[in-house]
Amino acid sequence: MIFQGFRGGVHPPQAKNTMECVTVRMDVPEKAIIPMQQHIGAPCQATVKKGDTVKVGQVIGNSDAYVSVPIHSSVSGTVTAVSERIISGSRPVVCVEIKPDGLQEVSEDIKPPVVDSKESFIKAIRDSGLTGLGGAGFPTHVKLNPPKDAKIDTLIINGAECEPYITSDYRECMENTENIIEGIKHVLKWTGIPKAMIGIEDNKPEAIKKLEKAVEKINNISVHGLRTLYPQGAEKMLIKTLTGREVPPGKLPSDVGCLVMNVASVAFVAEYMKTGMPLIKKRVTVDGSSVKTPMNVEVLIGTPAGEVFKFSGGFVSEPAKIIMGGPMMGISLYSDEIPVMKYTNALLALNEKDGKIPEESACIRCGRCVSVCPMNLLPFDIDRLVKANKYDELDKYNVMDCIECGCCAYTCPAKRMLTQSIRLGKDILRRKAKK
Amino acid sequence: MENMLFVSSSPHIRSEVTTQRLMLDVIIALIPAAFAGIYFFGARAALLIAVTVISSVGFEYLIRKMLKRNNTIGDLSAVVTGLILALNLPPSLPFWMAVVGSFFAIVIVKQLFGGLGYNFVNPALAARAFLIVSYGARMTSWTPPLTMAADVDTLSFATPLGALKQGGKLPELFDMFIGNIGGSLGETSALALIIGGIYLIVRGVITWHIPVIYIGTVGLMAWIIGPDGIFTGNPLFHILAGGLMLGAIFMATDYTTSPMTKKGTVIYAIGCGVLTMLFRLYTNMPEGVSYAILLMNVSVPIIDRCTKPARFGGKAHV
Repeated sequence: MIFQGFRGGVHPPQAKNTMECVTVRMDVPEKAIIPMQQHIGAPCQATVKKGDTVKVGQVIGNSDAYVSVPIHSSVSGTVTAVSERIISGSRPVVCVEIKPDGLQEVSEDIKPPVVDSKESFIKAIRDSGLTGLGGAGFPTHVKLNPPKDAKIDTLIINGAECEPYITSDYRECMENTENIIEGIKHVLKWTGIPKAMIGIEDNKPEAIKKLEKAVEKINNISVHGLRTLYPQGAEKMLIKTLTGREVPPGKLPSDVGCLVMNVASVAFVAEYMKTGMPLIKKRVTVDGSSVKTPMNVEVLIGTPAGEVFKFSGGFVSEPAKIIMGGPMMGISLYSDEIPVMKYTNALLALNEKDGKIPEESACIRCGRCVSVCPMNLLPFDIDRLVKANKYDELDKYNVMDCIECGCCAYTCPAKRMLTQSIRLGKDILRRKAKK
Repeated sequence: MENMLFVSSSPHIRSEVTTQRLMLDVIIALIPAAFAGIYFFGARAALLIAVTVISSVGFEYLIRKMLKRNNTIGDLSAVVTGLILALNLPPSLPFWMAVVGSFFAIVIVKQLFGGLGYNFVNPALAARAFLIVSYGARMTSWTPPLTMAADVDTLSFATPLGALKQGGKLPELFDMFIGNIGGSLGETSALALIIGGIYLIVRGVITWHIPVIYIGTVGLMAWIIGPDGIFTGNPLFHILAGGLMLGAIFMATDYTTSPMTKKGTVIYAIGCGVLTMLFRLYTNMPEGVSYAILLMNVSVPIIDRCTKPARFGGKAHV
């Protein structure tokens, strides 16, 4: 049964041009740049140095921190540099640069994990390097191990894929159905969660049909078609739609008895349990108005964005903006050298017309930002306070609740950069809290 | 290529809706009412519309230039203000008074408070109120429509609400519906205004809430507080009379001076309706739409503060 869903949301053009594009595997790149932080949490320290030879699946970065996952080499070859680079944002990240030898020799350490308990399962998941593949990149083993007093009754599998353009999760559902179901069974078995619900937006009827057929004889896994409404795939919105529960401010899904995993993440769990091959590749949707041939590509992690575009057939026009992820929440890249990472699900190249940043004009108080905000915030007010440097008043506006879905800025007729203002507001409040 | 890429905070796509497009839609929606005004009141109505629109845009351009701010006539909001102002004026008003109205609306109410989005009352309505205070006689002398029989006494011609207050002969409801009555240039034809309102709702410029709730409240109160005791009133007369249609569809829905939240919008619309009927029934004035909307305009900050949406996950939902 589907509950009423969430409030607000927008209907951006779907642009799912690549739905029928069967995933094409891309070759080994000319060079691999592997950042030591591809997840939320502590960055890894590089465990290799310049001149080392590495093999596929070998650990090249690790951390002692709990909220962190190891990073593996996606290629075999020689480390040519271990140096800091700006990936996104302003903080440099240590990156291991590898010159592949093209042989793709697999590390001797790769063997299926031995799992006989919840603890060994969680350890195996950490060793696999898995982070949430939906886009946020939260380490999966942390999610799977909620606080003792949290009673998780529902595993939610996120196949909503509400961002325009992206179809990589859809292709996962179509091409890797069995692994999705198997992965869910693994998670249910070792965590003791009684049931799983798969949520998919109803603009993907084929995927819903296929998964429904796959779970026909399984009574604790159900498939649910969801209203196509951005940001349906946001964790809190998905939980609200499927269970009617609202995650309280500052709390986690486990506080309302839910654990949310992406379809690609659970499919990876199944694959890893069979082969022991860690997370070294990703299915990426390549699209956008500058791209000649939109497609879905299986890419080795560390492949620079430019090489992926080249593989897809290059550009029809000079791109004005390159986005990693979807157009609503993705990160715009300053260079096509930025590599594909664990959480990358799309690479979009937009032409001048689509990519240029519109000019802001005065807020006309139309109220659209308020009516579309799924978190019930007042984006226009937050924008006003941030722009006027009235930081003291920000506390009253629940700024930290913002999930940065971008609905407010998307819908604003005055083209105000509301989401950017709220991000800035969050940053200011975080700094204030630290003092 | 390195230096050519735009970098910005997400979202990277924006909806097609722009301020200019919204204003253009309001202008399109006002065209039936403007034509109805010209049809019923003749070429002078067309000239009056031209005078307020041109003077409003002109004042917007000049004051922005004097204040060394960017030119904003391209957003079309000054055209909307000028157009709505004309529709609120008696068709026979001297042109120079209309220009004074444009000046008050654009310069005093809109630009001196910071321009589009910062005015705390509707500029066209404030200008109308200002003109009534300044030139009361001219602002309340009404001309009969050209389509009316020639034997109408033009000197003592009254609007339906005026007739109601002074005990004159009330017009037929059908004439009130199509606009064959006295009144401000663009307020008389309910039909033309409703066509414009439906266009705005279909285009997503406004939602149905404010017009329907406002008009509904007026109808309900008119019915309850009837001339022969409760539940004897004629709601249709009050709904079709005066500036209610123009006010409820085009002026109470002004973004800047109406609440930001759905709940606030409902309170605001009910308030507009209640105040309109209180003015119409219990004051010396025949009409109360303008003052009702102006009073609710200034209440918007309080309404907004009291109707903040509930925090997501704020109450226990488990």
